[in-house]
Amino acid sequence: MDQELDIEQYLEEQYDIMDVSLLAGKIMLESGAETYRVEDTMMRIAASYGIKESHSYVTPTGIMFSIETEEPTKTKLMRISNRTTDLKKVMLVNSTSRRIAKGELDVPQAYRILKRIYASDETYSLHTRIAAASISSGCFLMMFQGGWVDFIPAVIAGGIGFASVGYFQELISIKFFAEFMASLIIGVLALLFVYIGFGAEPDKIIIGSVMPLVPGLLITNAVRDLIAGHLISGLSKGAEAFLTAFAIGSGIAVVVTFL
Amino acid sequence: MTILVQLITSFIAAAAFAVIFNAPRESLVKCGFVGMLGWIVYFLLSTRGMDIVPATVAAAFLIAVVSQVYAKVYKAPVIIYIVAGIIPLVPGGMAYDSMRYFVTNDYNMAVSLAAKAFMVSGSIAMGIVLSEVINQLLRQSRLKRIG
Repeated sequence: MDQELDIEQYLEEQYDIMDVSLLAGKIMLESGAETYRVEDTMMRIAASYGIKESHSYVTPTGIMFSIETEEPTKTKLMRISNRTTDLKKVMLVNSTSRRIAKGELDVPQAYRILKRIYASDETYSLHTRIAAASISSGCFLMMFQGGWVDFIPAVIAGGIGFASVGYFQELISIKFFAEFMASLIIGVLALLFVYIGFGAEPDKIIIGSVMPLVPGLLITNAVRDLIAGHLISGLSKGAEAFLTAFAIGSGIAVVVTFL
Repeated sequence: MTILVQLITSFIAAAAFAVIFNAPRESLVKCGFVGMLGWIVYFLLSTRGMDIVPATVAAAFLIAVVSQVYAKVYKAPVIIYIVAGIIPLVPGGMAYDSMRYFVTNDYNMAVSLAAKAFMVSGSIAMGIVLSEVINQLLRQSRLKRIG
């Protein structure tokens, strides 16, 4: 009887370790970490809790994780459907996994900390991020040799463009459409500003304002995943980046036809 | 004067991008610095007559190396620092010009500009790969010395 209880408890524990690893992986993947980092973190967490062998297979849309124990191998699958960018969460999970590896946290503690990270708000409010997008649009205009006359128009168009991506994505959850609409709005605004005499070069205003929409994180991650040998993740992130670039391009193209 | 404007605007643009990506507060200045460094190398090389493809490789390489150092020192994922720095190098202007030619049915110009933009994107990747190679080599040599 006693032995049976022990086995039960042992089995429970295995699942707990698995849940901690999976939760860590889920947070990282949803926040925009590279695939190899997600796999590495999950296996490190499992290893530091004494699991000798574990396997993880991560793609941008799902995680498969299995651990070898004396009992039959246990495997879990987790579907990832929404991906955002929150580098602070990536860093927090990373430092939590370092603490786990040092043996500072037991399984329930680690699970609680990860849950708190998962539920935490984004570091900056939407307004702050829109403001940042506006300012960066203006700065990009100057970096691409624009004139100071176009600075304010680029700030306004960039801010509205970035805000409208979020708005349209909430309205209809098709990313391609949201990006298309945002770049269309940026193009129309740029032409409008120049038409009413508020700004000089519509081309420069458009290029500067479109920059916050550029899929920089996806491009970087795609390259780093491909180098690390995660071909499927790398290619699918590359495809996502290409689709975004295409959406932005076609939105602008519609406007440019009327130029 | 131009260079001063470039330095300031690229610093602010990269730091603002770190905000868009929800990077931790304490890393914003570092992200801005990485972005500024990469952009000024690209700007100086490309305005002094170097072709933009090697200029982009050099800038991306520098960004990736500085980011690796930051990641080691502050024990943070390297991606936090790289991303904000890479953004200014993305050939947005070229892609835009190419799009304009496509719309006006000038396919010759459009395709050649698109190919150039593709080359620049590839050279960003090349710069990141190079720094990764050096990082791995350093790690291996350090392991050998200890072992």
